[in-house]
Amino acid sequence: MDFPLLAFYAFAALAVMSAVAVISVRNMVQAALFLVLTFFTVACTWILAGAEFLGIALVLVYVGAVMVLFLFVVMMLDIDLARLREGYVRYLPVGLLVAVAMLVEIVALIGVKASVATPFADNAAMGPSNTTWLARALFTDFLLPFEVAAVILTVAVVAAVMLTLRRRVGAKHQNPLEQGRVRASDRFRMVSMPAVKPVEPAASSEPEQQP
Amino acid sequence: MTELTTALSLGHYLALGAALFCISLAGIFLNRKNVIVLLMSIELLLLAVNINFVAFSRELGDAAGQVFVFFILTVAAAEAAIGLAILVTLFRNRRTIDVADIDTLKG
Repeated sequence: MDFPLLAFYAFAALAVMSAVAVISVRNMVQAALFLVLTFFTVACTWILAGAEFLGIALVLVYVGAVMVLFLFVVMMLDIDLARLREGYVRYLPVGLLVAVAMLVEIVALIGVKASVATPFADNAAMGPSNTTWLARALFTDFLLPFEVAAVILTVAVVAAVMLTLRRRVGAKHQNPLEQGRVRASDRFRMVSMPAVKPVEPAASSEPEQQP
Repeated sequence: MTELTTALSLGHYLALGAALFCISLAGIFLNRKNVIVLLMSIELLLLAVNINFVAFSRELGDAAGQVFVFFILTVAAAEAAIGLAILVTLFRNRRTIDVADIDTLKG
């Protein structure tokens, strides 16, 4: 066994264990953190397969952005966990049965033993680097889908903001239109005040009049 | 068998992808009341599919597989953002994220 294979076994075991933890831990914050671990170890296995760009992208996009979003939502919502765990034990046998049966079927179908015997050929992306290889394909053959992906992300951002936006009652908002059109006369009022001679204070004038 | 498995191969990745897929499927069965864990399980399902894409891309020396993973990641990120936004709106209106309580369309 060479070193990449040993590393793969370690990462795969960690990924499977943390995936089991994601669906079985009681606390949802812990579940999100185990999901982070799963994504990270799977990114490590991708790097072992020579997909460096996607491995790093997975860490940046998922661990950096999506999982933080999950953690935010989990911590924002005040959820009664006990009610949500109802039915967990009831569905445990059938869930496990279906999962194990599916796993056996898939492994039998793909014939893991047959394909394990032939190791990967030399990496086709070994020219300059995996990133260059991927970028050549992405920006030539797949340019239009790439642009469409950008549009999808923009639509998703707008949709997410519009879904969660709400007007609070009683909140004070500024009107940018009025702010932009303001004139000096709106802010500043000229008051006509004729100049008058100051009246002498009464206290100082009384003693002068007596003599 | 031990003599044959001396290097990383396609089968290792396919087995890992199948294992993660089945685990997340079991997660959907078990946590069917909790929408947040359901969303996490869907993310895991997509990850399992992506593992297969990466493995076949390496096996066949074709960049299209990895480009497709790129697009799946994009769509999955958009899905997570919109799903969580809907979840927040739902919680604001109903004060619950139990799937059993979301039955307005049942009639």
